[in-house]
Amino acid sequence: MKITEKEVRYVADLANLALTDDEIRRYCADLDDILVYAEKLNEVDTSRVEPMAQVLLGSGDPTATLRVDAPQPAFSSEIALASAPRSGAGQFKVPKVVER
Amino acid sequence: MDGVKTLTIDRIHEGLRARQFSAVELARQALEAAQKENDQYGSFLLFCPERALEAAARVDAKIAAGEPLGPLAGVPVAVKDVIVTRGVRTTCGSRILESYVPPYDATAVIRLERAGGMILGKTNCDEFAMGSSTENSAFYPVRNPAAPDRVPGGSSGGSAAAVAAGQAVVSLGSDTGGSIRQPASFCGVVGILPTYGRVSRYGLVAFASSLDHIGPFGRTVKDAATLLHVIAGRDPADSTSADVPVADYTAGLDGKAAGFRVGVPREYFGAGLDPQVADRIQRGIEVFRKMGCEVREVSLPHTDYAIASYYIICTAEASSNLARYDGVRYSRRSEREDTLLDMYRYSRGEGFGAEVKRRIILGTYVLSAGYYDAYYLKAQKVRTLIARDFTDAFQSVDAIVTPASPFPAFKLGEKMADPLEMYLSDIYTITASLAGICGVSVPCGRTSEGLPVGMQILAKYFDEHRMLRLAHAFEQAGGFGAG
Repeated sequence: MKITEKEVRYVADLANLALTDDEIRRYCADLDDILVYAEKLNEVDTSRVEPMAQVLLGSGDPTATLRVDAPQPAFSSEIALASAPRSGAGQFKVPKVVER
Repeated sequence: MDGVKTLTIDRIHEGLRARQFSAVELARQALEAAQKENDQYGSFLLFCPERALEAAARVDAKIAAGEPLGPLAGVPVAVKDVIVTRGVRTTCGSRILESYVPPYDATAVIRLERAGGMILGKTNCDEFAMGSSTENSAFYPVRNPAAPDRVPGGSSGGSAAAVAAGQAVVSLGSDTGGSIRQPASFCGVVGILPTYGRVSRYGLVAFASSLDHIGPFGRTVKDAATLLHVIAGRDPADSTSADVPVADYTAGLDGKAAGFRVGVPREYFGAGLDPQVADRIQRGIEVFRKMGCEVREVSLPHTDYAIASYYIICTAEASSNLARYDGVRYSRRSEREDTLLDMYRYSRGEGFGAEVKRRIILGTYVLSAGYYDAYYLKAQKVRTLIARDFTDAFQSVDAIVTPASPFPAFKLGEKMADPLEMYLSDIYTITASLAGICGVSVPCGRTSEGLPVGMQILAKYFDEHRMLRLAHAFEQAGGFGAG
């Protein structure tokens, strides 16, 4: 086994993802298959290989072009809040995090 | 007017200029036909008739004023639902975004509408573009127009099926590991993966940012090339979009391919390749020979490591990109919101489908302390070697030809039980995604059951114009055609 149910629970917590016990069991088995398959990468000698950072760095294209840092019109708060599940007083509303 | 089904962009422009039909008439007819057939194919998630008719009216006004027509004037277009459209719901095939109405348009959408394109609606796809069959859509599956009991491929299955069924003339899809080329091959249409950075990703909902591309589908190489030409080019809103001149992709389509050096990678014809697909691809390679191409064997030695590398990198990036769906700004919120943390956890747990959760877990795992070097860094090193394989091969050939998929369209449900088996179906498309080069899938005959087979043609960075010239010559000489 490459991965245990305990590790799946731990990782799900890191990802803020609520999973049922059934899902934990299923993903544990699925991930185990995938991680066993991924073992084959160890057949490749990469001791003198740089990790890929950006695919076009090798193509000779200067993509590091950044736009001019000038102010642009932004969305009004009304537009920005339009798809929010809960909003009010021009703000996103979330469950209370600070006790008065 | 001809039925919408067989229209090409050239034919539409002839008809508009000769006043055989107006753009509004064409838009109405296309919308009516596409909506009527959607129960049958499931290719669209939503139609936006008002938007299409407004675009059509603008085209008709230009015609009336005698102004020149844009390259997509009066062309019915479908847009994959991972590409944002201002004021038109964009769900990414996910419950978590089922009511999201974006306040802006993707750059590709702005450009295609500026060129006169008429967006009929948004197409079905695997949730957040994660899948190879479009069965991971949270809403309903798409049926392959060539064989209704089979999948259209994925993740851009709706965009491929809409074009194959004639519901749209061209469409936009997205390709992260094959999501344009594989459904194009399954549905018997043309699908282009542009070079990374060729088309702005601004407004493409992010799945794996180092691998995501927007690209076109068409029933002919010329139609797909026309759409690519419209959407390609530098965009200040996407810092990874390349500042490289855009060639006129339709200008060189002269049916001539003599002298092209075409490489056939030996690693792509091994175990797992369906014998009928192998046969059609071999016949296709003969077509290249007959056109005067010089066909030679090449080697891409790290091919066998591509899937493992890809699924580590793409899930790592996905786990990070999908952190934004937290029930606060634009996603569905769970009823269970006693605490902020519970609200996050249950909104995500209830809103995401099975495959998305699987990939978030895998991606979080490979990035977590103690595993980062063993998985993520290792995969990025292997990715360097896979890209180098192509650079080496392109020293001696102009293009590389392979099957687009090891098998033709499979039956709905056939591969849903085993995620790894589904991942393995991406073997021939994933290598080019990791390298960032361009590619195209072109129809290459059908199996004895009538299922389309796709020839994948790959070319160097920013060499779309020569790749499409070769693809077009192949389409003309092979007589395979779409449909």
